[in-house]
Amino acid sequence: MPHISIRNLKVSYGAHNVLKDITVDIPDGQITAIIGPSGCGKTTLLKSLNRLIELQEEVKVNGKVLIDGDNVYDPQADILSLRKKVGFLSQKPCPLPMSIYDNIAFGPRIHGVKGKQILEQIEELEKHCPNNEVCPANTRNTARTHKNGEMDLLVECYLRLAGLWDEVKDRLRMPASKLSVGQQQRLALARTLSVKPEVILADEPTSSLDPVSARLIEEQFQMLKQNYTIVLVTHTLRQARRIADHAIFLYLGEMIEQGPASKVLCAPCEAKTCAYISGEIS
Amino acid sequence: MLVAAAFAGSLAFIVILALYLRSKPILDTKPLSELLLNSSWLPSQGSFGLYPAILSTLYVTAIAMMIAVPLSILSAIYLAEYAKESLRRRVLPLVDLLAGIPPVVYGVWGVLTIVPFVAYIAPVVGSLGIPAAGAGRYSTGFSLLAGGIVLAIMVFPVIISITVQVFRSVPFEVREASLSMGATQWQTVKHALMRVALPGIAAAVILGFSRALGETMAVLMVVGNVFIVPSSVFDPAYPLPALIANNYGEMMSIPLYDSALLLAALILLLIILMFTLAARLILIRIERRVTVG
Ligand SMILES: Nc1ncnc2c1ncn2[C@@H]1O[C@H](COP(=O)(O)OP(=O)(O)O)[C@@H](O)[C@H]1O
Ligand SMILES: [Mg+2]
Repeated sequence: MPHISIRNLKVSYGAHNVLKDITVDIPDGQITAIIGPSGCGKTTLLKSLNRLIELQEEVKVNGKVLIDGDNVYDPQADILSLRKKVGFLSQKPCPLPMSIYDNIAFGPRIHGVKGKQILEQIEELEKHCPNNEVCPANTRNTARTHKNGEMDLLVECYLRLAGLWDEVKDRLRMPASKLSVGQQQRLALARTLSVKPEVILADEPTSSLDPVSARLIEEQFQMLKQNYTIVLVTHTLRQARRIADHAIFLYLGEMIEQGPASKVLCAPCEAKTCAYISGEIS
Repeated sequence: MLVAAAFAGSLAFIVILALYLRSKPILDTKPLSELLLNSSWLPSQGSFGLYPAILSTLYVTAIAMMIAVPLSILSAIYLAEYAKESLRRRVLPLVDLLAGIPPVVYGVWGVLTIVPFVAYIAPVVGSLGIPAAGAGRYSTGFSLLAGGIVLAIMVFPVIISITVQVFRSVPFEVREASLSMGATQWQTVKHALMRVALPGIAAAVILGFSRALGETMAVLMVVGNVFIVPSSVFDPAYPLPALIANNYGEMMSIPLYDSALLLAALILLLIILMFTLAARLILIRIERRVTVG
């Protein structure tokens, strides 16, 4: 069963129909790239998946988005647990106005996770990433003895998971806004992961980054995809070819083609996809 | 900028100097402690104790701020974060309109509504045995509380309008980042937006506070103007601005009278300067804390 199924999704801003009847499945445990020229509705589609779209004024959504079989637009659906389950990484990283440490601790704190629950969360995380040392033994020991040791441990683990720990371990109390943009994006990734999402939505997460940081983020995604469903909007075909397993091509609010990335990005069936890939339309 | 700042600074200095020179006669004849701490104000007998007026000023302002600050900040948060854009667009001009109504209108309105309201609730509240509410004494309604309520209403639009602007100036992405982790809207306001907004809100409160301290006309009309040390919020009072406005220019044949009133003005100015300065310092500290995170 696909993790996310989009059924007849129509989204409009006021009178402007942006998404016109999208029906598509997003497979589990893979990186799905959404590609298409700018303004075709990629961001809109992405934000529809965890209802972040509803923060826009005058937006109207029709149709269904099924996650694990439940329609997220059901009036009874719990929007808070949906957003916890489906994390979002924005185009321009936006650190919360607080320290690096507090950025990571924010999510667990608002969800009231503390003490033993934190330790359980970390154990679960370790099972997911066995070949990746996110939680060194010495840190774990200090967590038992120190006050707030569990939260310190959690912050360290997620910063390690996002590949940021070594760069910030001596200045955790510094405002997150002082980090470079590339570091901020990895911080945003760590922050998103800290509430145990199952799906990560990423909206052109590397477009404002330097090539080295962009590469780091891509590597993180490839590592994370075993345990998370990743939906990645990307404006560069090269990035999609490098890391995507599955691809969806949007054009003027319609889904033109979808399928395995190798097929859609290299040997598409539709004429419009061909035109986009060869750079005739952009 | 520099020239303007220097000009404003020297203007304040000139005003203080002039007030000081004009109040010098009374400062030369009476000890300062008597003027500040004596409660009897009998100009014809040469007794000029400003204590009740100083206290009244502080009380009436404190009551106004206790009412205005929580209510206006909550209203501003509602308008900025919860209300729809269409509602915001309709309400904010009204708020600005309220800020432009002349104080005398608030005064008349206070006399017609707030004063009778206070007179009505005084015996009820007084019988509850709250210390600051008096012991069920009769009140005309012209009182500290009436002054505080009218002042609070005058201060609302100032605080609301600035606070809404402060919240709207926080980047949309901060909300998005917080909400996308499953935070509620209130958690987002309280833990994320508040941090950015706090210096601005403090500035709004300070602005409202200095307006309340110096406000004259509306307070004068509802506060009773009786020269006593008020012992409950239902007692009348005589704040400094009202004292000056009511008496300056009259009975100037009484020796030292005008000098005493100008001393009152000097004290008022110094109180306002002191609070503004303290508020500035608080603001600087908050700003530093917010950026340090
Ligand atoms: N908040 C909004 N209000 C009105 N129109 C919007 C809004 N956001 C996006 N649009 C319009 O919707 C279309 C699709 O936008 P978007 O989903 O951001 O495209 P993409 O991410 O593919 O560049 C564009 O034409 C854009 O102008
Ligand atoms: Mg976009």
